[in-house]
Amino acid sequence: MRRLARAVILVLPALAVGGFMALFFVWPIGGVIARGLGGSGPAAVLGDVLGSESHRSVIWFTVWQAAVSTALTVAVALPAAGAMARLQFRGQRIVRALSTVPFVLPTVVVAAAFEGLFDRFNLSGGGALTLRHTVWAILLAHVFFNYAVVLRTVGAHWSALDARVEDQARVLGASRLKVFRRVVLPRLAPSIAAASAIVFLFSFTSFGVVLVLGGPTRATIETEIYRYAVTRIDLETAAALAVVQLVAVVALVVVSNALERRRAVAEPAASFANAPRRRGLGLVVNLALMAAILGLPIAVLVERSLAAGRGGGYTLRNYNALADRVNLLPDTALAALRNSLTFAVPATSLALLVGGAATLVVIRSGRRGGRGLGRFFDVGLTLPLGTSAVTVGLGFLLVLNRGPIDIRTSVIIVPIAHAVVGIPFVVRTLVPMLRTVNPRTREAAAVLGASPRRVQREVDLRVAARGLAVGAGFAFAVSLGEFGATSFIPRRPETLTAPLALFRLLGTPGETLRGQAMALAVALMALTAVAVFVMDLWGDSRRGGF
Amino acid sequence: MLTVSGATVAFGRVKALDLIDLEVATGEIVAILGPSGCGKSTLLRAVAGLQPLDTGEVRWDGEDLSGLPVHRRDFGLMFQEHALFPHRDVAANVAFGLRMQKMEAASRRRRVRDVLALVGLAGFEERQIATLSGGEAQRVALARSLAPKPQLLMLDEPLGSLDRPRREELTEELRSLLRGIGITVLHVTHDHDEAFAVGDRVAVMQSGRIARIGTPADIWHDPHRGEVARFLGHANVVTVGEDGAVPWGRLPVPAGPAVVRADAFSRVDDSVPGDDPVVTGTVADVRFRGDRFELRLRTDPGDFELLVRDPHPAATGDRLSYTIDPAKMAGLSS
Amino acid sequence: MDHTPSRIPANTGAPRRSVCLGRRAVAVAAVALTVIAAACSGDRSGRSEDLTGTTVTLLTHDSFYLSPETFEAFTLQTGIEVEQLASGDAGALVAQACLTAGEPLGDVLFGIDNTFLQRGLDCGMFEPHESPGLAAVPDHFELDAEHRVTPVDFGDVCLNYWVDAFGDPLPPPSSLDDLIDPAYADMLVVQSPETSSPGLAFLLATIARYGDGWEDYWTALRDNGVSVTAGWEDAYYGEFTAGGGDRPIVVSYASSPPAEVIYADPPVEEPPTGVVTASCYRQIEFAGVLAGAGNPGGARALIDFMLTETFQNDVPLNMFVFPVIDSATLPPEFVAHAQIAEDPFMLDPAEVEAQRNGWTDRWVEIVLR
Repeated sequence: MRRLARAVILVLPALAVGGFMALFFVWPIGGVIARGLGGSGPAAVLGDVLGSESHRSVIWFTVWQAAVSTALTVAVALPAAGAMARLQFRGQRIVRALSTVPFVLPTVVVAAAFEGLFDRFNLSGGGALTLRHTVWAILLAHVFFNYAVVLRTVGAHWSALDARVEDQARVLGASRLKVFRRVVLPRLAPSIAAASAIVFLFSFTSFGVVLVLGGPTRATIETEIYRYAVTRIDLETAAALAVVQLVAVVALVVVSNALERRRAVAEPAASFANAPRRRGLGLVVNLALMAAILGLPIAVLVERSLAAGRGGGYTLRNYNALADRVNLLPDTALAALRNSLTFAVPATSLALLVGGAATLVVIRSGRRGGRGLGRFFDVGLTLPLGTSAVTVGLGFLLVLNRGPIDIRTSVIIVPIAHAVVGIPFVVRTLVPMLRTVNPRTREAAAVLGASPRRVQREVDLRVAARGLAVGAGFAFAVSLGEFGATSFIPRRPETLTAPLALFRLLGTPGETLRGQAMALAVALMALTAVAVFVMDLWGDSRRGGF
Repeated sequence: MLTVSGATVAFGRVKALDLIDLEVATGEIVAILGPSGCGKSTLLRAVAGLQPLDTGEVRWDGEDLSGLPVHRRDFGLMFQEHALFPHRDVAANVAFGLRMQKMEAASRRRRVRDVLALVGLAGFEERQIATLSGGEAQRVALARSLAPKPQLLMLDEPLGSLDRPRREELTEELRSLLRGIGITVLHVTHDHDEAFAVGDRVAVMQSGRIARIGTPADIWHDPHRGEVARFLGHANVVTVGEDGAVPWGRLPVPAGPAVVRADAFSRVDDSVPGDDPVVTGTVADVRFRGDRFELRLRTDPGDFELLVRDPHPAATGDRLSYTIDPAKMAGLSS
Repeated sequence: MDHTPSRIPANTGAPRRSVCLGRRAVAVAAVALTVIAAACSGDRSGRSEDLTGTTVTLLTHDSFYLSPETFEAFTLQTGIEVEQLASGDAGALVAQACLTAGEPLGDVLFGIDNTFLQRGLDCGMFEPHESPGLAAVPDHFELDAEHRVTPVDFGDVCLNYWVDAFGDPLPPPSSLDDLIDPAYADMLVVQSPETSSPGLAFLLATIARYGDGWEDYWTALRDNGVSVTAGWEDAYYGEFTAGGGDRPIVVSYASSPPAEVIYADPPVEEPPTGVVTASCYRQIEFAGVLAGAGNPGGARALIDFMLTETFQNDVPLNMFVFPVIDSATLPPEFVAHAQIAEDPFMLDPAEVEAQRNGWTDRWVEIVLR
């Protein structure tokens, strides 16, 4: 009976998650690849792609720019994660929430902000240093977009670690640097590995940043898939590139998961508030850096949203205009924001549901046999992050009319597509945190008379609350800002989302349209910041207490 | 010798340390006793250099430590929850400080083995941290702190996470171990039994200040202050008026608060007259404590409740009289 | 250079309101024609076509939008509801439709232009339908003799210039030739034909103009400091003067100046930009009945409706393109500020389809490497 109950606890969520991912990820992707490689045979097409000098250089560029972007992001955001985890200061939660807003910004808007900055600081060419249309612009933008991934994922883990372990090392004679290297870093390895994997995948599949900021000469596997699938309708090459992309992503995720698992060591989560620490130069430097990387481009957008067209001066007119319909849009920009929200809420819920179930499977199967299943899930669920939106979008069209109903054009596809991208965030923030829950904490709860389900709820959920909040915040922001897959899914015009409206507004000349687009971008950011702030509040309130 | 003078640390409006002065002689064990939140952990952190002082200074052998970073002070600090490095085994935990001192591998291994033996964990080198019991973890933490032979060892509630019997056993063990090494120690605890058992001197901390410092006997007999007396478990704190007036009569102590220890009472037969001050009352409650009884006595005049230790049995409602030993009462400074 | 705006003949400034009265009549006539046409072509299934209460699904790209009243008029006249499904840009739309040819997501596809036309025809996504409304459409808009697609609107991709940047001593460019003149060095920003629809159109314009000499022309453009961006937004708002950039010539649309007036802030009388009419490449947008459509009758009715004045008059302000029927009425901003090239460049769709990848590959080698 017990055995059966256990099996049910493991198998049911496994089936649910597996079924969801099979239907909405594996099948569509498989469909595209099968269709693309079906004609000439996979070996021949792959051989052609890998044999071509230009494809090889694109693959190489994709890999190294993603690797460097990841290293840079971690290097820049890790100290800030430490500052946020170890220091308390006024407005901390606001800073934490604000750090996620780049996530929802369409690349075109961000690119405009960056180019504005390049112009202002004379980095567009002609000056001593040129950033415009260089690899540096791409790397910088990737740091901008992914900063929050490291800050929040690692920060949440870090603040759950007992700070006195570090103090102990200091007292035993380790300098700050040594404490970080020998005591902090090894314990943080799981969350750093998880965050790095996400950043790498995002940079790996980066589309707009590469095209707009990198200039027309740069190409990644992602932009090439789009070019071959859409501009050239060469599905064969596109599918071969998709396979290459998938293989690279699987390899990366397997390595990072192994690292994450090997390094995860159970320790008591800090069940107390870590002693308040002095805020010093470190905090100032971190906040200044954050302001420079995240704040400046955002400030440019805010400034532009307030600019009164070519006449000069500032006005709130652009914001008021959000409630008025312009001819180009089926509804007001405000309605588009509302649509985005109505997609983001079910998408986030779905991501939490599936991601939460998947986390259970990963964590539980690690404890009892079935390790293979856990690993398979752990790897498989991260893949959507590293898969091109074009492949997924085309895949939906190819296969989703096979069932009893044709859901290719159903509106539920949009939140589902968003959730598929949000799930890895939930899993990747939860798994490392739950892995570090000391088994003894669980045993203690069990000895105190808690049933296994109760243990789950009391111990795991409390530890997970912060991770859930972080994961939900990301899933929400991803949904609000998602463009690629959404634009690829056939939708009714009334379901126009804010990022799509933004593109439409920016696609026609005219100062009022541009001003309104900027105001919409700022409104989208504000919405994200508020939502993430609220989720953080919830996560923090659930923390501790056992 | 450790000298702390005028040390102040404020967190917002709360002063965790308020003008602390403290001297610890080389080889001396000073126990810092106080309720949670009194600032005793902050004091350790300040001495260790983990907590910068707002004002005041910390000196070692007369040398100002303010410019010296934590890892160069050569002090040891052991936390309540041990703060072991969860990602390393026992040997690596204990060897950590030695590695920081760049001790070569062979002597390091020897020292780890010796220190583990010293704390009674010989052969534990390769155990993983997560597999240790609470008592074992406490010993590993102690071994780790002792291994680099610090000039000063600070223990922050070292036995705090253990249950009562283990705790009493280990208090004894800890005391003989520390005495044996002859190391200078600051030992923080909220348990007066532990403080009195371990400390050469005890400093009672309250609200960021040292309320009383002295040998355990001094403090027990003469707590000086009402709060200290109450914290030590003295139940009978009374306010003495002019001419020694107390609710039930008179006491030969100066005006102000005073403490009357529970063991100051001797039961008297009403028929035998004596010079000692006498208190009479009704027994409100009796508890048997093994070798004695603890009575709550309501005094006849004044209706004041006194805690009385009495080797003889009594029953609720009994009317009893006691003499009070003047040596077992003390005036307190307000 | 000829600065007089060329106008569509029918567009003689009739007030828009008065046209509304006429709309319905024309539309009803169109519906009648449809029914006749359907009757004449002979319904293969043999049933009479009663489409009242049916729904027709229109697949379009993300930039498609019309006033709700327009579709309401269609429903009022035919009893057919229109459901719109939009996705991606024109390229993505065609790619999707090709992939699902035979199992279409809808009944009508709108938004395939002459650069992608041949591909759509080749993958067999359309079914022929000769709309009676074609009578009102100038012949040069009709590119498929089999009537698998019907022209609905057109928009020219042209060089735009910032008016204030030119005058004395340097006049605005008047031809493609001017761009390689060192006097116009470092002034031009174009989009990559690999990633941008106007970028491709401009490349095709140069190929149409110079033939085999286009490679030399682009070599000269490169030497004269042409700047390339990935997309239109990046060019127009990034490098062109309009967005604060320092390049006063950009590849954009013939309808961009009216948009600059309609959406000006503060309001302006004259657009800040002008169009080089001798540089325009014509992009015609087509609609077609999708093969395998669930409601082919409704699809044909909708395509017929697209050629009515009701539909055609609604096109300019919503999509910033021009109507194809002669009798359509242009909004005043278009009348005043839009310049239509009299003899725009255009290439045969079949040739474009056959050569495009080779051309763009070659272009990348010349300009970007």
